[in-house]
This record gives sequence, structure tokens and C-alpha cells, in this order.
Amino acid sequence: MCSLALFPPLPSGQTTLCESNNELLSGSSTTEELKQDLIPLSLSFPRESLKLHSRTESSSKAAFLDHSETLWMRSAAAWRDGGLTGLLNEVTTSHTEVPKWLSMTSGCILALLRWISSFHGSVFPHVTLSSEDMIAEFSQVLNWPDCVVRAFAWHPHTDKFAVALLDDSIKIYNPKSAIMPTLKHRLQKNVAAVQWKPLCASALAIACQNCLLVWHVDPCSLSTRPSSGCAQVLSHPGHAPVTSIAWSPSGSLLLSASPMDTAMMVWDVAAESCVLLQRVGGGGVTFLSWSPDGSHVLASTPSALFRVWETRMWTCERWPCINGRCQSGCWSPDGSRLLFTVQGETVIYALTFTGTPGVPSSSIKGPQAAAVVADLSETTFKTPDGDIIIGGEIQSVAWDPRGERLAVLLKGDPQAANQPAIIAVFKTRANPIFELLPCGFVQGEPGTEPRLMHFHPNFRHGALLTVCWSSGRITHVPFYFLSTSLPHAGLSGSPPLPHPQERPADFSTQSLFTELIS
Amino acid sequence: MNIMFSTETSCWFIRKVICWRATASIAWSVLLLPPTTAVFVVLSRFSLFHPFQTISECLSLLMSASSIFSFILLGGVIIMAGFLTLEYYTVIPTIACSKIALLGQLLHPRQFINSLAHCLMGIIVGWCCAVTIGYRYEMLGYPCQNSDGYPQMCVNEYHLIVLLAGAFVGFSHSLLGVIHNINYVSFQTVQQYKYFRFKGSLPLVVTCSATQAFYSVRNYIVVYFFLGYIPRTWICKTLTLHVDSSIHPLDSIAGLLDLSLLFHLWISATFLLFMWYITLLLFRIFVTEAYSFPVQPSFTEDSHQCLPKVLTDKHPMILKFLALQDLALLSQHSPSRRSEVFSLSQPGGHPHNWNAISKECLGLLADLTHRLVAYHETVATNGRAKSLSNGSERKTSSETSSAEDLMSPRPAFLMKTPVSVFTRSVGGSSQSPLTVPFTPDLDSPFASPALRRLTAPVEQGSPWHGTVQSPHIMRRAPKLWSTSTDSQFNGSPLPSPASVPSPKQEATKPSFLSQFLQNRKEQLPEASSQALFADSQAHIWALEGLSYLVQASFTEDHFGVVQTTLPSILSSMLLLQEAVDRHFKLPHASSKPVRSTGSIGDSAYKTLRFALRATLKTAIYRITTTFGDHLNAVEMSAEHRKRLQQFLENKE
Repeated sequence: MCSLALFPPLPSGQTTLCESNNELLSGSSTTEELKQDLIPLSLSFPRESLKLHSRTESSSKAAFLDHSETLWMRSAAAWRDGGLTGLLNEVTTSHTEVPKWLSMTSGCILALLRWISSFHGSVFPHVTLSSEDMIAEFSQVLNWPDCVVRAFAWHPHTDKFAVALLDDSIKIYNPKSAIMPTLKHRLQKNVAAVQWKPLCASALAIACQNCLLVWHVDPCSLSTRPSSGCAQVLSHPGHAPVTSIAWSPSGSLLLSASPMDTAMMVWDVAAESCVLLQRVGGGGVTFLSWSPDGSHVLASTPSALFRVWETRMWTCERWPCINGRCQSGCWSPDGSRLLFTVQGETVIYALTFTGTPGVPSSSIKGPQAAAVVADLSETTFKTPDGDIIIGGEIQSVAWDPRGERLAVLLKGDPQAANQPAIIAVFKTRANPIFELLPCGFVQGEPGTEPRLMHFHPNFRHGALLTVCWSSGRITHVPFYFLSTSLPHAGLSGSPPLPHPQERPADFSTQSLFTELIS
Repeated sequence: MNIMFSTETSCWFIRKVICWRATASIAWSVLLLPPTTAVFVVLSRFSLFHPFQTISECLSLLMSASSIFSFILLGGVIIMAGFLTLEYYTVIPTIACSKIALLGQLLHPRQFINSLAHCLMGIIVGWCCAVTIGYRYEMLGYPCQNSDGYPQMCVNEYHLIVLLAGAFVGFSHSLLGVIHNINYVSFQTVQQYKYFRFKGSLPLVVTCSATQAFYSVRNYIVVYFFLGYIPRTWICKTLTLHVDSSIHPLDSIAGLLDLSLLFHLWISATFLLFMWYITLLLFRIFVTEAYSFPVQPSFTEDSHQCLPKVLTDKHPMILKFLALQDLALLSQHSPSRRSEVFSLSQPGGHPHNWNAISKECLGLLADLTHRLVAYHETVATNGRAKSLSNGSERKTSSETSSAEDLMSPRPAFLMKTPVSVFTRSVGGSSQSPLTVPFTPDLDSPFASPALRRLTAPVEQGSPWHGTVQSPHIMRRAPKLWSTSTDSQFNGSPLPSPASVPSPKQEATKPSFLSQFLQNRKEQLPEASSQALFADSQAHIWALEGLSYLVQASFTEDHFGVVQTTLPSILSSMLLLQEAVDRHFKLPHASSKPVRSTGSIGDSAYKTLRFALRATLKTAIYRITTTFGDHLNAVEMSAEHRKRLQQFLENKE
């Protein structure tokens, strides 16, 4: 098992630039020419440049709503805004105008409803959170509310990407064109995730606070502000806020998940129809990840339970965890291995799905237990600036599309100055046995923290990790290596991969339980 | 009817699969009857103040002999409903292009039989409900005294109102069924086991039946308020019952504003609709379950059951659909079955399987392309030459392109439509504006889907059979044609000289009725576009199947069988893409239909064209991203290459 103690020392005060010759190169911010050379498409969104909403709509409501309306009008407004609870609340509070028995009854019903919901909340504490807090809690982005770049997505086939910003706008960058479309929509609020549709040039799905949006951004269009008519709104009652979305790799289906809804939605986006996949238990669905071969989907819940769905007949395996909910997960390119992390633990687990990749079938049994493949517990590194503690809980994990580099975003400790959030990168090997080998740490400019990361889906010379920093900067860290699985023809200038010198990793088979239900 | 049965039994698939599936679904709905009835009994007799007494009463009622009899009756109703569903279901929806066509559908004799059956079933269920609720609803007559003090039998209006409510709800259910295409069976985008599908749809069924019952009862109350005296007097006359003058008649405001009565009516209607919806839902779930056809026959006598053969079958549409669905699934999920598709025949080494499959799929795509092109031509030349009257001139060139076939004159179909009440008017002057709306085209008034399904083999023997490549065009043809004439009649504000004949006739007979009909004949928005893509689920599967197979062939096709067809696959996809793009530029084509919620009718057909467009693009991208620059070696026309280049550069 790999641990952080095996990692190379941390160069202090330097920005990681790339991996070359099997080591991570870093430089101070003065080496501009190297930066220009190696890092294309670096972007920066200073916080000051964004026009933020000074006040949310709900807070302005109290200031402007005319309270001298008749009871009927107020009741109707309350019904429209707050549903049954709002209506009951309105009736109860305006007890001077309604008959006593009515206000008494509605007060009793309201109390009963609150009691039930508090009971529900004590079983699933997350349902008491507000929408924004919930997105922040379950997002893959570190410290989501404060993040300038709230979501990021590379297009699966071309070099363009979409960036969701703090001001609820989405910008699309394409190095081949000077036009930079900005997407804004009335319903596009608190974007939790964005993802491009595979096998399509234009469709971009966005998980918003109240709905799902699918934008159709024509790549040939010259418009910089596509109208909101280009967006499809997909919503379902009770399915909000949407915290995670996943397109099927074949591009035909879109999955969406909300922590408030125990059902996971399978959308046929073109037809705007959805199928609910509901399973009792868990109290919601927080994070989705579709395996690259399309055969499985990881769906984690707010409780200590996650599910792995197979996508042919849409049945699932239940995986109860011991300590906490499944925070993040990623799939190997062939879909045979799932790495996931659990909240409250500092290790990475692996699940192996046997059978030929791409052949999900009910006869193939899933794995019986998850094995620990890496230990990321806190480790002290000595640097010229003093000791730095690295390790702890994991925010998200990402695996590059070739399955050779694994990036792990460590939460760090916001209170402690010497325990920053940082990205640890592992090399992964599938043959002869699956193992993780240390590669190094990716750090940004001094004083900035990584917030979210993504691998480029088809980088020719290895892997390209895109990191969004707390400063609003987006940088790209290339890892140049020769793929062990692909033929080496056509790649020149990349250094050969030397044999790893590390001692053989010892596998611990510390296991979790599993039940195979449905 | 007997033609229907002989053709049905001749098909092994109907006999072996569909009938069994229908039987299983009916059996399950009958099995679900006892719990449903128990819930109904508890809800209908529940009283807040004596909860325990109610429950014990309900238990004793459920065990009683009368309830056993009710169970048998209700079981009979469910079997009947299941049989009707089996008889009327369709995988291609019937879309009325104008209001008059919809009216024609509603007045069709077959639909009349359906409504009648539903009314009957409604009355039976209403009787069961009345007996189960008991109390004042139980009997139709009760002893009373007339004004002179003589004992006599009086009519119990409470019983009567429940019976009539059943009939009304049944009737409105069958009418709404036509409007909402309730008999249309759509296929799910994701495969799920039957139990989970059922579990997932159950809440929808409950809410739908409750809301639908609410609206039906509301309408019923209104109708009863105005017309309630008719059935009451009739019943009194035929059964020599009397009206109790000491009791308020129910068709008054005071009589109908009885909350308990309204509640009982509503819950009975909910129970009735719930039973039917459950039967329908189970039928849909069972019949659309994926069926796995063998790709290669293990014995020669089974060869008619294997996938390449079954795909080309035209006659039970459900068979073709299930075969295409199976093709799409195997191409996605099953390498072993894909390898059978790519395999060569043992003596000879011909890729028969692949040839048959690709030929059928390409045929489907070509059909749709032709249909779209022809439709576009008619719309583009709207108001010009292509009218009813000069259909005969067009016939001269009709053997060449199937676009011309689309304009084939209607009489060819008229001869084949079964005897109907309207044939007489059609036989006369089919050109007069009065009869045009009633001209039966196979889609709307006269072709209830099951009928169309069953008349299909008869059509194959028609003289038209030779010129068309598949029954799709034949079946579709009259729709386009009627659509085009519809738009021609009133869609063009400035009639060009060529279309003079019809306005002239209108001018000569400006009767009120014809004006009314003309107004009704206005196109329902986007209906023609929906009708054009009504069977597009088949095309979607064909596209998926082809593209996944081509994608898999990159690594799995050892003999290169796919390579030979790749140019034609690409060109037919690109042609279709072009046609679809052009179609979506038409007004109404790209407008989204209104979401209908709270209806059990499946509205999937309304968005099929969007699904097809998305699938088509994805299919082309699937091929281009798999093959990449290798596609430059494929032979194709310069125009197609240009278009393909767009896809290769991700610019579509």
C-alpha cells in the first residue's frame, strides 16, 4: 500500500509546472518563459472582475412585499411560494383575521408537519440544510461557496472547456476560436457541476439549484451570448438541488442526482422524459460517476452507503461503508476498477469488477470486499520554511483517461496554516498487479489552494491535469510520459519511462462489508 | 374479425410471445385485485369516529359471499379490459392531423364498440362499488309509500347515480383514450426488470387515476344535473318503479351538493380507473419487455425466428419493433452476439447476417429520408400544383421515386378499408369540401391501429406493393397526403392559380356546415410533424444498432464485413441528417410539445422527432470518433465528405 511518506519532498514556494523524465518539475513564478512554453490556455478570473449578486432574491422579498394585502391574496401568494407549509404558516400567523378554529387547526397541522420533518431530519441530517449549504456539502469542489470557479468541464473530443463562475455565468473557451460564449439563464443558479455530452459537439449539461439545464452551444455560431432559448430546462418535482450529473459515455442518457431525492433520474434529454430509479435507503443521491466503458455507475448517498449500478438492466449493489458517506470516486478507463474515498477516512479503497470489460451481465458477480490501496494519513514534511503537514481527508479523486495518473485533492485543514490543501498525484499500474506509486505533489503559487481538478480527456503526450485555484486562476499541469498500454509509435521527444525504484507495495486487504441486494 | 384472427394465429410470435405476455399481465392485474379492493373498501367505508368498528365491518364484508361475487365480476371486467388492450394496442400512435380527423377517430365504429364495452364495464364496476359501499347505495329499488299511503317500489336514485357514474367514467375514459393515445405503447429508454418498472410507475398510476376520476366526476355531476332526469324516468318506466316524492331528487343543487355522495362517487371512479390503468400499465410493461432473438438459427426450421429474418418481417409491427430493440441492445451490450452478426456463413463465407441486418436498417433510414423529402416538397410547394385534383397527372411518373408514391391517390386505400359508415359519402364526389374531411385515410378515422396492424398483409397483395420498398411508405402515405391537402385547403391565404378548383367549390357551397368543418379542419400545430415521425422509434433503434455495430467492428470485425457497407451507411445517415435538418427548419417542427402531466397516456411519440435528431447526430459522431481519419479512405461524394468533415472537426 502506498502512503504519503514515500512521496518526494516538497519544493517550497514553487509552482508545479509539469512532469517530465518521471519527476515533477517546479519553478518559481519568475520563470515566465518556461510557463509560456508549457502551460497553454492558462486563465485567471480575479474575484473583483465578477459582478456578484449583492442580495439574493429571497432576502429582498421581505423588504418589498406589501403586507396590507387581503388574506386571500396573501394565502394565494403563500401557496405559490411555499406550498402547503407556506399556506398553513400564513393562516396561523394571521390569526386576527381568520376564525379561531381555522388558525388553531392549521397551527396543529403545521406543528405535526414540523415534527415529522424534524424526525426525518434526525434520520437524515442533510435535509435540514439549505440548498446552497447542501451543494457545498456534497460538491466535489473544495470550499464551494467561496470558490470563484465553481465547476469546470473539458469537452470529451475537442480542446474546449466550460467554466462555471461564482456569478452564475458559464464561459466556454476554445483555443481555435476567438469567440468566447457566455451562458446566462434565469434558472442557472448555484451551479454545482457541468458536463459536456459525449459524441456531440454542442450540448452542455448544467446542474443548477432548482433544475438541470442543457445548453446547445453551436460551435459554429458567432454569438457571444446565446439566448436562453438554446437551453433545455429539465426539472422534476422534488429533484432539487441537483448536485451531480453524469452523461453516459455513449451520449444517449443523462443521469442526475439530488440529495433531497431518493430517486436518481435517467433523462432522455432530447425527448425531455425521465425514468426514476428509486431505491429506499440513503436519503438521497449526492455524487454520480459513470464508468468510461458505460457499464457501471457509482451513486453515493448522504448516509454511509453507496450503490454501484450496472447499466444494462439498472440493478444495483449496495455497499454500506463503516465510517461515513462515500465522498468521491473514479473509474479506471476499462471500467473494471473503482477507486473511492469515504468521508472521515484517509484512505483510498478499490473495488474490482471482474469479467470482460464492457460486458455487464447479471451472472457476473461483483467484488465481495473493497481493498485499501493507498493511505493518505497526515505526514510531516520538512521544508526550509518549516514543517508542513500533508494528508488527511480527501475531497475528490480523478483518474486520467489512460489510467496512469491518479490525482487526489486533499482537504487539508483550513485552521492550521501548515496543513494546506494540496493535490497528491500517484502513478497507477494495472499489470501485473494493481498498485499506486507516488509521483509527487502539485502546488500552485504561494498562498493559493487547489479547489477542483480535472484531467483532459484526450491529451496526446500523457496526461494533462487542469486545476482551478482559490485565486480564480486555472492552470494546466501536463504529465509527459509514455503510456505503457499504448503503442509507442508517433510519440517522439517524450522520455522513456524508467523502471520504478520503489519497494514493492504491500497490499493490505482491509475490507468493507458488502451485501448483494437487488 | 375473422381475417384478423387468421392472420394473427399465423404468426408464431403473436401466438408464442405476445399472447403469453398479455395473459401474464392480465393474470397479474387479477391478482392485484384483492388488495386494491380491500383498500377501496376501507377507504369507502371509513368513518373517523369508529375506526375499529369500520375495520371489523370491512373484514366481515370482504369475507362475505356477495363480495366473492363482486370479485368474480371485477375479475371479469379486468380480463375484458386486458383483452381490449391487447386488441387495441399499437406501437405506432395514430395522430390526428386536424380536429376533424380526431372527430373521425372518435366516431369510428371500432371506437364505438370500445366505448360501449367501457360503459358496460363501468356499469358493472359501479354496481360492485354500490354493493360494497352498502348503506343507502345498495339496492336499485326500495319499498316506499305513495301519497295515498299505498306501498310500492321506488327507485333508489343513489344506486342509479353510482351505476351511471360508472358508465360515464368508462365512456369518458375511452374517449380520452383516443385523444391521449392511451393505446400507444412506448418503449423505455432504459431497460429495467418488470418489478422495478411496475414499482416506479405505481405512484403515477395512483395520482393519475385520482385526478382523472376527479375531473370525470366533476363533468358527470354537471351532466347529471341537466340530464339526470332522462335515465331516471327511463328506469322508472321500464322497471315500473316510482319516484319517491318525499325525497329530494338528486339532479338538483341541494341533492348533488352532498359531500358524502361526491366522495363515494369520486372514490368509485378512482377505483374503476385504477383497475384499468393497472391493467394497461402491466400490459405495457409485459409487452415491451426486451425479447432476445437468436442471431444464428441453431436448427434450420427455426430460421424464421432468428433476428435477420424477423427484422424484415413487416406484419406484426410489435415483432419488428422488438427485433429492432434487440438489435440495438445486442449491438451495445453483447460482444458474443455481435460476433455472430459479423460471422461468415459456413459454406460459402458470405456475411448473410450482417447483410440482412444492415440492408433492413438502411432501408428504414432511406424510407424516412424519402418521407421527409416528400413532405418537405409538399410543404415547400404549398399552395401550388400538388392538390387533390391533379393527383392523377402525378400518377404518371409515380413508378420511379417513392416520393411520388407518397402522393399516390387515395382510392387504393379506400378499397382496402373495411366497410364503414362513411364509405357511401366517399363513393360519391370525393372532391367536395364536405366529404373531404370524412374521407377515410388509413391514419385517422378508419385506421384504428390494431386494424391497420391486421390489414397490413392484405395490402401486400395490392398492386402498389411492387413500387414501394416497405409498408411504411404505404401506411404513411395517406397521412402525408391528407396533411398536405389540409394545409392546401386553408393553409394558403393567397391561393396560386393552380389551386383554383378547391376554393371555387368552396365558394359555390358556402353552407354553414362546410364553413364549420373548414374551421375544424385547421391543422393542429405540429401534428403533421409528429405524424411524420410517429414510428421513429424503429429508426432510432436502427441508427443505434448500426452505429454501435460499426463502432464495434473497428476491433471485433475480423473479416471486414462491415467495411463493405460503411460507405452506404455513412451516406444514408448523412442524407437523413440533411433531410432532418431541413425538416426542423419548418415552422412548428422544432416547437416543443406541451408536457401533459396527470395523464396515463404515453406522450413519448410527441418528442420522437427530437430523439431521432439527437440519436442521428450521436450515431454519426460515434462512427467518426471511432474511425477518425480512416474515414478519409472511404469513398463518398464530395458533398458528403464535406459534411462528414464537419463531424470530424466536431463542428456540427
